[in-house]
Amino acid sequence: MSAAAQDLLRLLAGIGLLLAAATLLARLLRRRAARAGGSATVENLNARIDAWWGMVIVLGLAFLAGRTGVVVLFALVSFAALREFVTLCTRSRADHWALAAAFFVVLPAQYVLVWQDWYGLYTIFIPVYAFLLLPVIAVLEGDTKSFLVRIAETQWALMICVYALSHVPALLSLRITGFEGRNVLLIAWLVVVVQLSDVLQYTWGKLFGRTPVAPSLSPSKTWEGLVGGVLSATLAGTLLFWITPFGAAQAAGMALVVTLAGFCGGLVMSAIKRDKGVKDWGHLIAGHGGFIDRLDSVVFAAPLFFHLTRFFFSTV
Amino acid sequence: MTRLAARVAGRIITGFAWLITAVRAVWQGSAPLPDQRIYFANHRSNGDFILIWSVLPTVLRQRTRPVAAADYWLAGPVRRFIGRDVFRAVLIERNAEDRRTDPLRTMLEALERGDSLILFPEGTRNMTESPLLRFRSGLYNLALANPDVDLVPVWIDNLNGVLPKGRLVPVPLLCTVTFGASLRLADGEDRRAFLDRAADALLSLGAAA
Repeated sequence: MSAAAQDLLRLLAGIGLLLAAATLLARLLRRRAARAGGSATVENLNARIDAWWGMVIVLGLAFLAGRTGVVVLFALVSFAALREFVTLCTRSRADHWALAAAFFVVLPAQYVLVWQDWYGLYTIFIPVYAFLLLPVIAVLEGDTKSFLVRIAETQWALMICVYALSHVPALLSLRITGFEGRNVLLIAWLVVVVQLSDVLQYTWGKLFGRTPVAPSLSPSKTWEGLVGGVLSATLAGTLLFWITPFGAAQAAGMALVVTLAGFCGGLVMSAIKRDKGVKDWGHLIAGHGGFIDRLDSVVFAAPLFFHLTRFFFSTV
Repeated sequence: MTRLAARVAGRIITGFAWLITAVRAVWQGSAPLPDQRIYFANHRSNGDFILIWSVLPTVLRQRTRPVAAADYWLAGPVRRFIGRDVFRAVLIERNAEDRRTDPLRTMLEALERGDSLILFPEGTRNMTESPLLRFRSGLYNLALANPDVDLVPVWIDNLNGVLPKGRLVPVPLLCTVTFGASLRLADGEDRRAFLDRAADALLSLGAAA
């Protein structure tokens, strides 16, 4: 077994232990709550942890399947996320072919480019070519009502759900001296730190949260939760520096950047949900809501992490 | 052999519908129980009954048959197989001039056999801006002849955006199918009053969805 696979299994075992402990705690809480007539928060906590098992298992299997597995997994996740986003977008019948092209041409093309490692094209394909082409398809149908809103929201959907998210599997293409064959650990580290930050912000917020960061947006995002969550997740990211190409201090800096970006992602995506009048993006991940509810932080952190790592550590 | 093929085809069709719409059933006011029922729904897309059919639990699905147009579903071997064998549709002849069977008679026979029905009381696909077209009399006549069968309003949300008329490629969107509280014909209730009440029950589900 390669050293990378060993580190990966070690990390997965650690996450498994953490989840096992969380599951045990949540089941105990459920038993206690049952005596008091049950609690929606505790039920939600149990559902969330159960869904975490599913997500970790799927991601773990994709890692073991290698580059193709990871690219295919993120393409599918992009599809599910895009479906959630477009459902809330301003649309008209005239957008039919533009939207069909977004799902069945742009999305697969982006992931094929990532899989082929064509950096020069996948970094501009959606921001330039989809950006210019999709409005042309829409305009040919002739409906100009809310035209700018429609094409802008479609572009936003693609940028968030496909372009930004595809920077996670794109990490596999970085070439870092002394880190050959271990790139999958970059993805593992990013996902673990950002998701842990979400969980810890939620936990710190539930325990000590008092002062909302953006009261008009979300009462559950508090300064106490933000500071506690970001600092503890940064600490976790620092302690995991041994799976990355970074030194401990560098890992700390990276962790701070990605957790803050992740928080901003949650804030922006909450604002969109509020604007569209929904509580969750979807319903497919029990206890969490939709795919975008779970991924909003990763989406904002991934391009930043990709470019920082590429600029400071990669040789390509 | 045909039955096995029909079951496989049924799975493929519902699987594809799920892939595109991630369709979710919302049971709001009635529960997924295996009682004999007439599900009546809004109709904007050819895929409407597929969506209802695919969110029903298997036990219910085996006894639930969509009411569909014979002229469409008997045209060609593929449609015939899907309409007759996969969905076991109750096929009615729409054209009053040259039909040999009475649509009401055909539907009543299916109910007598104990099957549940999926019915679109608007009679045709709604292509207008209005959320619901005026109901035809079919629902009333069925209710009059079957006072013990529950009529369940079913609101289908978003499918018309997935596959508008005349488009071959679907756009994936999340869809919901909302089942409301059942209703029955009241004693001595007038035809139009009953149809309006049924339409209002359906519209109120749509407003909440």
